[in-house]
Amino acid sequence: MSTTTQLLPATPADEALPPRNTAWRRFRRHRLAMLGAAIILILVLGSYAGPYLIPYNDTYIDIMQRFAPPFSGAHVLGTDELGRDMLARLMMGGRISLAVGFTAMLISMVIGISVGAIAGYYGGVVGSALMRFVDAVLCFPTIFLLLALAALIDPGVTSITLLIAATAWMDVARIVEGQIRALRERDFAVAAEALGASDRYIVFRELVPNAVAPIVVAATLNVAKAILLESYVSFLGYGIQPPVPSWGNMLNNAQIYLTSAPWLAILPGLLITLAVTSFNFLGDGLRDALDPRMESH
Amino acid sequence: MEAGSGDILLEVEKLAIRFRTHGGESAAVSDVSFCLKRGETLAMVGESGSGKSVTSLALMRLLPKAPLCTVSGSVRLRGKDGGMLDVLSLPESRMRAVRGDNVSMVFQEPMTSLNPVQTIGAQITETIRLHRPMGRRAADEEAVRLLDLVGIPAARQRLTAYPHQLSGGMRQRAMIAMALSCEPSVLIADEPTTALDVTIQAQILDLLRRLQEQTGMAVIFITHNLGVVAEIADRVMVMYAGRVVEQADVVPLFRQPLMPYTQGLLRSVPRLDLAGRRTGALSAIRGNVPDPRRPPPGCAFHPRCDFFVGGRCDVQAPALDVTSDDRQVRCLRWSEIAA
Amino acid sequence: MSAILEVENLRKWFPVGGGLFGRGQKQVKALDGVSFTVKPGEILSVVGESGSGKTTLGRTVLRLAEPTGGAIRFEGQDITTLSRRALRPLRRRMQLVFQDPFASLNPRMSVERIVAAPLIIQGGISRAGRQERVAEMLQLVGLQPHHAERHPHELSGGQRQRVGIARALIMNPSFLVADEPVSALDVSIQAQVVNLLLELKERLGLTILFIAHDLAVVGHISDRIAVMYLGRVVELAEAGTLFRDPRHPYTEALFSAAPIPDPTLRRERVILQGDIPSPIDPPSGCAFRTRCRHALPACAAAVPPLREVGPGHFSACIRDDITLQASVSTP
Ligand SMILES: Nc1ncnc2c1ncn2[C@@H]1O[C@H](COP(=O)(O)OP(=O)(O)OP(=O)(O)O)[C@@H](O)[C@H]1O
Ligand SMILES: Nc1ncnc2c1ncn2[C@@H]1O[C@H](COP(=O)(O)OP(=O)(O)OP(=O)(O)O)[C@@H](O)[C@H]1O
Ligand code: SF4
Ligand SMILES: [Mg+2]
Ligand SMILES: [Mg+2]
Repeated sequence: MSTTTQLLPATPADEALPPRNTAWRRFRRHRLAMLGAAIILILVLGSYAGPYLIPYNDTYIDIMQRFAPPFSGAHVLGTDELGRDMLARLMMGGRISLAVGFTAMLISMVIGISVGAIAGYYGGVVGSALMRFVDAVLCFPTIFLLLALAALIDPGVTSITLLIAATAWMDVARIVEGQIRALRERDFAVAAEALGASDRYIVFRELVPNAVAPIVVAATLNVAKAILLESYVSFLGYGIQPPVPSWGNMLNNAQIYLTSAPWLAILPGLLITLAVTSFNFLGDGLRDALDPRMESH
Repeated sequence: MEAGSGDILLEVEKLAIRFRTHGGESAAVSDVSFCLKRGETLAMVGESGSGKSVTSLALMRLLPKAPLCTVSGSVRLRGKDGGMLDVLSLPESRMRAVRGDNVSMVFQEPMTSLNPVQTIGAQITETIRLHRPMGRRAADEEAVRLLDLVGIPAARQRLTAYPHQLSGGMRQRAMIAMALSCEPSVLIADEPTTALDVTIQAQILDLLRRLQEQTGMAVIFITHNLGVVAEIADRVMVMYAGRVVEQADVVPLFRQPLMPYTQGLLRSVPRLDLAGRRTGALSAIRGNVPDPRRPPPGCAFHPRCDFFVGGRCDVQAPALDVTSDDRQVRCLRWSEIAA
Repeated sequence: MSAILEVENLRKWFPVGGGLFGRGQKQVKALDGVSFTVKPGEILSVVGESGSGKTTLGRTVLRLAEPTGGAIRFEGQDITTLSRRALRPLRRRMQLVFQDPFASLNPRMSVERIVAAPLIIQGGISRAGRQERVAEMLQLVGLQPHHAERHPHELSGGQRQRVGIARALIMNPSFLVADEPVSALDVSIQAQVVNLLLELKERLGLTILFIAHDLAVVGHISDRIAVMYLGRVVELAEAGTLFRDPRHPYTEALFSAAPIPDPTLRRERVILQGDIPSPIDPPSGCAFRTRCRHALPACAAAVPPLREVGPGHFSACIRDDITLQASVSTP
């Protein structure tokens, strides 16, 4: 059976296509999101490359140089109550805070996408049971849950990351569940089934890629949320334990020196705000850029 | 169809519509001219995106406002006093009265143009009272009369029904009733039967024909179904890529289409009356409908045309020629082709 | 010649409404006892109004919807209750083309990826082999090689439908269900796709279950035609016979309502009164009797069975004593 013969007059070569990458172009138009992305890039680079570029170690204690204010001497951003260099500490703290944020996001995404996809695809009893569970967990105030859990276990970078992830996956599950439930009714999902595709193929190769837009947005916002949660828990003393610095426990430390050495609180506070706002801006920009309804004609 | 000039209800000349979009300015419709006589049905046919809906919306002045969309040319509509109204320059307040009173419209998907949370009765009486000084009671009676007229059984009970409680065909009837409430002299029907089944479509076509006989209104009927055109039209206007490419009375158009696109279109539809006698392949028009935002140069149909001549058709944009028997055709080679 | 598909008393009911634990639940009888066979190499068309169960029929025979009852035999094998895993190898031989060419193509995938999907899913072919097959298929359906990198939204409706057809044909199926493959297309493009399907049938010996509501297209393409009304087949015959000698009043009405593109043929129509009844509470007896101009009291008594009224011609109407309007005059 020869199938290579052409049965129809070919469609004529079409005119030039509109430029691709419209999502990137839309994103670039979003000023705040571009700014957010730039700030995030600087924060990441600063935290990871920065410590190699400055002459101070974040744990080096210089008793002679306690409470040096910023821009007053060799320490550009001043020193803390033990004479440790603030810039170095902020950089190392950034490593921890950002790493916790990203890792917690990744874990929460994996859990959220899996739960959401299973619930959305299978629906029925399994689906509603899963989603009711998600709703129940969501009803719990996050901070409360986090503090309760943190009080029970030994705080550390790994455990805090896992805890944050455990409180952040439900939103993702909800978003993904809704998307998958709508998508699985679409003809292209039926088409895949008609080709003999397995459930896993249909969910992860056909459906989930169509939900990337909301997933990416949720991921970005989750990083912001995780950074904030980490700071919050550490600030309350249940999170990352000194001497390992994180923006949150630096803030906690700074409380008693609020009037005498305000920069100890202002600097980490500023960075937390900056990071969280930047991720939120980035999320907004991605939401607009990835929304197919914004497709310009 | 002999008629004095007083019988002309609508005159459209050199209508052009441009949209401003992200990609820049684009011409959706250009150089559209036609006129419509009392009691006449003009069918507007063409592929998706050829500008049928946009043209009809321009007649109703329902397109987006100035910077987004610019309309030029002239649209003249006979008012109830017998004088001609210049639709494109009427103030908005006057235009609101003209809509419904002189010209009204029925859309393809009745569900999207009916208010889902208001009863059919409320929507019809509201339209009636907007245009005619009438008490609630009287308007209700009038609504019942209209629903009766369009063949909705148990009309009085239906007044309290919501749109979703009616079938597609009934909703379309309700839309027609609403459009007729002020006895407009021109009714524009934009694919009123496309979403309906053939048996329901037959009911609606029959209804429109009867109403037209009774009231003498003129109808502009937009469709892409040539069967429907043959069924109801007096005159046919074929659109391609935003331009009128052929205009003629229905019988001559079907008997001897002049423009190659019309010819191809008529050849490519299978005929039910020849059904079951396998007649081989249909003669399809090759290629694709052009992107209306980037029409090909010269004659917009040239990439798909069998009579295409390089250096002519792809260079010179053909004008709308008027033939000796008062047909209009836009093709550089129509007289050679016809010979 | 043995049948490629045999459908026996097929039923598909959808539960609707009803509270918790299905109290007060009703059934939409989308298919209520459908039987027919499809012979190898033929095009059997299914026509009927919206909601008559055409799409449900197409999906159920491919086991994309679970039948409520009845039997489906594909190439002699009973597939009514086969598991998804057991169906998988059969899917190479039975395929589906959708009505909406846009909705049935994954918007995130390139044409190449979409057309290659069956090969990826069924496995056993190298990447290079896949590419080659895809190129062959694109050429077969009249697409250019450069279309392979496009995404569905960068194609016209006709081109998208060709992609859908290429995907359905890449595994060399023997049986194709085409669910209104031209309804969403522009008139001038419809003919291209109809011609393509006819050519495929001729050259590849493809068997097609063609679902449509445009009678003219159906008349042009079919060998045999099944007319459906409210989940049942009411008439089944050779295409020529059906148009010349319809035996069910619904077929007559359907033909009569179809507009003919010839203004000199405006004719007296049989215009059906009323709407298609709700499939939740279909009328008793013959479901068509509420709109039928030939109905008798006896029509309400029992569901008329599909009886053979001529060679290979079946009709489900109890009245043998009426002459119906033909759609075409006898030549
Ligand atoms: N509001 C708008 N803004 C920009 N472009 C528009 C707008 N409305 C219509 N157009 C463009 O104008 C052209 C004509 O559209 P129109 O709706 O009149 O087509 P049509 O002939 O009615 O097609 P169909 O048969 O699909 O209804 C199209 O290219 C369309 O994209
Ligand atoms: N998933 C479902 N759940 C409930 N009812 C359904 C479902 N799918 C179809 N139905 C019902 O089954 C009946 C038959 O539907 P089907 O889509 O098969 O009709 P069709 O003949 O293909 O119509 P159309 O011409 O509009 O495509 C309809 O009444 C429909 O409402
Ligand atoms: S102008 Fe040329 S290309 Fe256009 S229809 Fe006439 S012959 Fe064909
Ligand atoms: Mg339109
Ligand atoms: Mg269907």
